[in-house]
Amino acid sequence: MSTYYFVIVGQNDNPIYEKEFSTVNKELRKEDHRHLTQFIAHAALDLVDEHKWKTANMQLKSIDRFNQWFVSAFITASQIRFIIVHDNKNDEGIKNFFNEMYDTYIKNSMNAFYRINTPIKSPMFEKKSEIFGRKYLLS
Amino acid sequence: MSRQASRLDAKKVNSEFLTLTYGALVTQMLRDFENAEDVNKQLERIGYNMGMRLIEDFLARTSAPRCLEMRETADRIQQAFRIYLNIQPTISNWSPASDEFSLVFDSNPLTEFVELPPDLTNLRYSAILSGCIRGALEMVQLEVQCWFVQDQLKGDNVTELRVKFVRRLEEVIPAGED
Repeated sequence: MSTYYFVIVGQNDNPIYEKEFSTVNKELRKEDHRHLTQFIAHAALDLVDEHKWKTANMQLKSIDRFNQWFVSAFITASQIRFIIVHDNKNDEGIKNFFNEMYDTYIKNSMNAFYRINTPIKSPMFEKKSEIFGRKYLLS
Repeated sequence: MSRQASRLDAKKVNSEFLTLTYGALVTQMLRDFENAEDVNKQLERIGYNMGMRLIEDFLARTSAPRCLEMRETADRIQQAFRIYLNIQPTISNWSPASDEFSLVFDSNPLTEFVELPPDLTNLRYSAILSGCIRGALEMVQLEVQCWFVQDQLKGDNVTELRVKFVRRLEEVIPAGED
């Protein structure tokens, strides 16, 4: 049983992509954490900015926790932040997921019709994140 | 003097560079004209002007002789795509009268990474290619029509460019001269 909340945050702290991955069936879910995970991710933004100076790595690993929730982050060269709020440890999977999403994000930003810092609406991107989420986070 | 074929390699550019530059050009034109139809027309014209100049370079490079029928012309066009874009379209779907054929592209360096937004379905993103063929052939006294039948950007499996022979242009003395 695990849930992941993945969000891409742009340079001006604006969300540009959001997705939830969960092994828990929608009907069976006791409570809706969506508002909470958003808050946790938002609260972690400052910590991301703090951590990014301490390492040359793009992977920032686990940077924050709140009750049972962990926050892992990844920061791209152009200061786009990938954040995952999750409730169980899965460092290897998250690392792979971030790397694959980074690749996908770069491909998407090469599209001439996509303007940086705007919400990502590409169906291709959606499909890829679905695939990688199932492959690395939920398996 | 004709240009040396070996000079081309030294000037090879990264295909992603071409993709991004062309993408920036198209999106900027879309912002300026605010109308996909106008952009199609302009892209076609850019291609036409490029084709008129490229044909000279192509003839110098390949020292190709005069084509006697459309099948030869099709081979030359195919060769030109290989030289300038390093892609090899396949020639197919000849009309019974041999005056119309298709160039089928499995991949198109111009449209790599590109996804058309849903509100721009009437944009012919690669219109520069059809303009180029029309311009080049016009300079060798062939008037053709050239248009897209299928486009990978619009969800088709391949990109298909149809070329139709219209007529041979006769050399005429400009008005006012004897």
